[in-house]
Parts: sequence; C-alpha cells; structure tokens
Amino acid sequence: MESRSANGLMGKVLNLSFNGWLMIVVLVIFAFAPVLTEVFNQPFYLDVATRLVILAIAAVSLNLILGFGGMISFGHAAFLGLGAYSVGIPFYYDIYNGWLHFALAIVVSAVFAVITGAICLRTRGVYFIMITMAFGQMVYFAGVSAEEYGADDGLSIYVRSNFNGVLNFDDDTSLYYICFVSLLVALYIVHRIVNSRFGMAVRGAKGNEERMRAVGFNVYIYRLTCYAIAGAMCGFAGALLANFTDFISPEMIDWTRSGELMFMVILGGSGTLFGPFLGAAAFVGLDVFLSQYWVHWRLIFGILLVLTVLFAKGGITGVVANLESMLRRTRGRGSSAAKADGEGPDG
Amino acid sequence: MAEPVLQVSGLIKSFGGVLATDNVHLTVLPFETHAVIGPNGAGKTTLIAQLSGALRPDAGEIHFKGRDITHFPPYRRSLAGLARSFQITSVVQEMTVLQNVALAVQAHRGHSFRFWHPAAADRELIEPAMERLEQVSLAERAHDLTNALSHGERRQLEIAMALATDAELLLLDEPMAGMGIEESSRMVSTLQALKGEKTMLLVEHDMDVVFTLADRISVLVYGKVIATGSPEEVRSDDAVRRAYLGDEVA
Repeated sequence: MESRSANGLMGKVLNLSFNGWLMIVVLVIFAFAPVLTEVFNQPFYLDVATRLVILAIAAVSLNLILGFGGMISFGHAAFLGLGAYSVGIPFYYDIYNGWLHFALAIVVSAVFAVITGAICLRTRGVYFIMITMAFGQMVYFAGVSAEEYGADDGLSIYVRSNFNGVLNFDDDTSLYYICFVSLLVALYIVHRIVNSRFGMAVRGAKGNEERMRAVGFNVYIYRLTCYAIAGAMCGFAGALLANFTDFISPEMIDWTRSGELMFMVILGGSGTLFGPFLGAAAFVGLDVFLSQYWVHWRLIFGILLVLTVLFAKGGITGVVANLESMLRRTRGRGSSAAKADGEGPDG
Repeated sequence: MAEPVLQVSGLIKSFGGVLATDNVHLTVLPFETHAVIGPNGAGKTTLIAQLSGALRPDAGEIHFKGRDITHFPPYRRSLAGLARSFQITSVVQEMTVLQNVALAVQAHRGHSFRFWHPAAADRELIEPAMERLEQVSLAERAHDLTNALSHGERRQLEIAMALATDAELLLLDEPMAGMGIEESSRMVSTLQALKGEKTMLLVEHDMDVVFTLADRISVLVYGKVIATGSPEEVRSDDAVRRAYLGDEVA
C-alpha cells in the first residue's frame, strides 16, 4: 500500500486489485444492509447481518494473532464469553451502564489474555493450541458452574447496555450500525497495527522466530502484547453479542465456538486484512442457507475446510488473488508481480 | 594490548557425556578477523550456538566488551552488539529483502511498541536499511521477496542484517557454505571490505577463504582449542598438521 501512496487516491482506486474491489462491494452491501432488508421486507436478514458482523469482529481479532502473528489459538471464544458476561453479570445486579459494560469487557479480556498468554506463549506448536484450548475450557466450565448466573441454562438479558442516549442499542437498525462501525474501526486498527513497527515485529516472529531473536527482538513481549490486543478486541465483540442475543450462556465459550472462529479466519484467508470478514460472511451465510435444506449441513463445513486447506491455502482472498493473476497473465497485461509487491497484507 | 571484544573462558558443554566444548578459551581482539577452524564434529557449531545464546554452557564464562553475557538470551546479546549469521540461511521468508533489513534496523532503534505509524514509510528504518543493502550489493533486489533470492544472495542478505544491527562483533557461521565459486568470491570481497571495520569471528571450512581473511586462527579439535595464532603459525603447528590439515598443506 505504502509504495503506491505517492500516486494519490485516484491512482489507488484505478490500481485496485480484485480483492480490493471485492472489499469495496462487500462493504457497500453491508453499509446498506438495513435498507436492503427493509426494501425486500426481510427483517430476519438484518438479524443475520448483525450476528455476522459481530462474529466478523471476533474473527478479525483472532486473525491478528493467528494470521499475522502465527499464534494458533484454539481458545479465542473465551474472550467472546468474557465480553458477554461483562454485560450479563452487571445486568444481573441491575447495572445497565453501557460504558461500564464495554470497559469491563475490554479490560477483563485484556487482563485474562495477559495472564493466560504469559503462560501459553512459553509453548510452541501443538502445545500452544492445546493450552489455549484448555484455558478456554476453564472459562467455559467457570460459566457452567456459575449457578448464580444461570449455569448451563444461561442468563436472559432484559435490558440492553444503556449509553445515556448517545448510542441506542434497542433499535435493530441502530444496533446494526453500531456493530458495523465497530467492525470498520476494528479493521482499521488491525490495518494500522500490522503495518506499524509493532506489527512488523510480530509478523517477523511468525516468519522466523529464531532470526527475530538473533536480530535483537524480545519476541515474547511483542507476542504477548499482540495477544492482549486481540483478546480485548474479541471481548468487545462479546459485549456486542450479549446485547444482540439478549442472552448469555457458557455455550458461547465452548471450544467448538473457538473452532468456528478459526474456520472463518482460514476460510476467508488468514493473514489478510479483509479475509476474516469474508470468512465470517461465508460461514454465517452457509449456516443460514444450508440449515434450511439439510439437517446434517454442518458436514459441509468440514468438507469445505478440508478443501480450503488442501487446495486453497489463502482461503477466499487467496482464490480471488490467484484468479486475478491468472486472468492478467492470459491477457498479458501489466505485471501482476509488481502489483503484488505493493499490496502487503491488505491484498 | 587492547581490551578484547570477546573473551571466552573455561567454556564447557557436554551432550550425554560427550564433551562438545571442552574447556575452551578464546580471545577475540578489536577489529580482528578471527577464524575458528576444525574438522567435522570438532564442536564449531556448538561453540557458535553458545556464543549467540542459542545454547547454554554447562560451565565457563563469556564476556563481551567486558560484560558477562553468559546468561543473556539471544535478543539481549544482539542488543549488546553481537550479531550472528546462521549456517543454514535464516531470513524472514514472507517478507521482502528490504523488510528483513529494516527489521534488523528497527530492533536497535528502541522498543517496537509503536502501533500506528506505518513502518514501510519510516525513513528512520528504510534509509539505513538501503545503505546496508548497497554495502552488500543487494540494493537492486530490495523489493523482492526473500524466496526469490539465490542461495548466495540470501547469505549476503544475512550479512546486511547483521550490519544493520550496528553490531561490533559479527559471528559468521560458515558464510560460504553451499556456495558456488562465483558467489563465494563475492562473499569474500564483501567480508574483505568489512575487515578492519568490524570485529569478526568466522567459522569456515574453506581453507583458502580462512587463510585469505583471517588475522588469527584458532583450531578446534574434539571440543578443545589446540592452537591459536597467525595463519603462518597455525600452518606450521605440528599438532594442527597432525590433527587437521593433514596432507593438504604438507
């Protein structure tokens, strides 16, 4: 991106890759989702879109550590749960202040990430996967055993987070836009982070940890910070989710949920800015459509994941990029290699 | 005599009863090019690993510029001014040549808790990185991904990264390994240009290279330093001839 900044905005738009166009189209569609569902009189799909956008924020946060940092966490749903309970538990005590709910969600998630990350990040590979999953399950069982807050059955939230009239969580369209703008902000934050010095340190450690140490980086401390940022972001998504579903339960923390988030990241294209959003869209979209036709529709997910990993490692984003370079090669115009060079992780 | 840059004393490392490093003493003086040679299995790689912090010695001390760095993790050794290249080339694969060197610069420009400003537009990183690439004549490949480089170019890149850390001592672990004649002579001239400017500890198999570059040579056999001296002294040392050089120089 940076290498082309000299060309100005026009140059950027004209030079846009297929993935760039895809991003714009998807963003425009989602920006008008409430209008579209209104026009076609399908309010159900606004609900779908809201859930999708919230899960996309969680997937974007997971991608920060998994895609850019190479930290394959299998316990990311824990943060979703911590964020959700940060809304549910204060509600239970008649505290409806939204600022407090969301501050709590972010702080609790970040603190949990720092404490567990400090331990997890001492391990590598499959051990890291297992230990993050173990910490996730600990949160899950804490939820299950919290009798006061509904244990297994969960807790219904009758009053959504109250922002003293600044933000309206009660109106569906308003809530959707709050979630959508949050997603945009999350994407922008990740975009800034991964291209910053900090981001380069984290991405370098994914590429070659030993080399990064030899060159003078304290890899551990940067990874831990990255883990905490991702955790806080996912906690925020969890607080949105609790408001949207009006309900919290340990089920939202279960390891299968973490697996779903991973699925979104991989399906969309891990290590790309926009991939997790596409992955979340594909996931929720399939979820909604397939479940209408077939009881065992989840089987399709498994097959899709296998196919993605085997034949399309870059996920949707990777497939689109390959398609583009194939087209450009056959038409023999422009050097796609030179373009790819300038695009960095946003491609 | 000037204070040594690197002072290794009584270094011991054993693997299951086999002494890979057997009471090694080694002194590297400022601005010298010091070569460590030895037959296969002499413990050269183990020694380098301990100097760079990848391995912990069982006993002994490593002093760098008078400072005890025996228990420093690798990244702190790098920050102290000790850079290493790897026997098997080690660069960050998914990144460009320039990004690799810029990372090495970045590591030594304070902490990296800077989350907002794009690093690719950071002249404080890019300009010194380009200078280093020019120094090893890789500037024209700055924007290529590292996996597009030839083996020799990747080695040059490693040197650029070591230089980018403003290191005082370069630990070079077989910089010519696996190179063709042309690549190898390019590396020799790169290192020759650095001679006298940087202190270098060179582990190398190629005797021609060693005798061309080194001011002093230490010979390592079965984990022990059996001789240290100028190339001439080492060449004429009986123990060395018996243990290592054999017929090659006879």
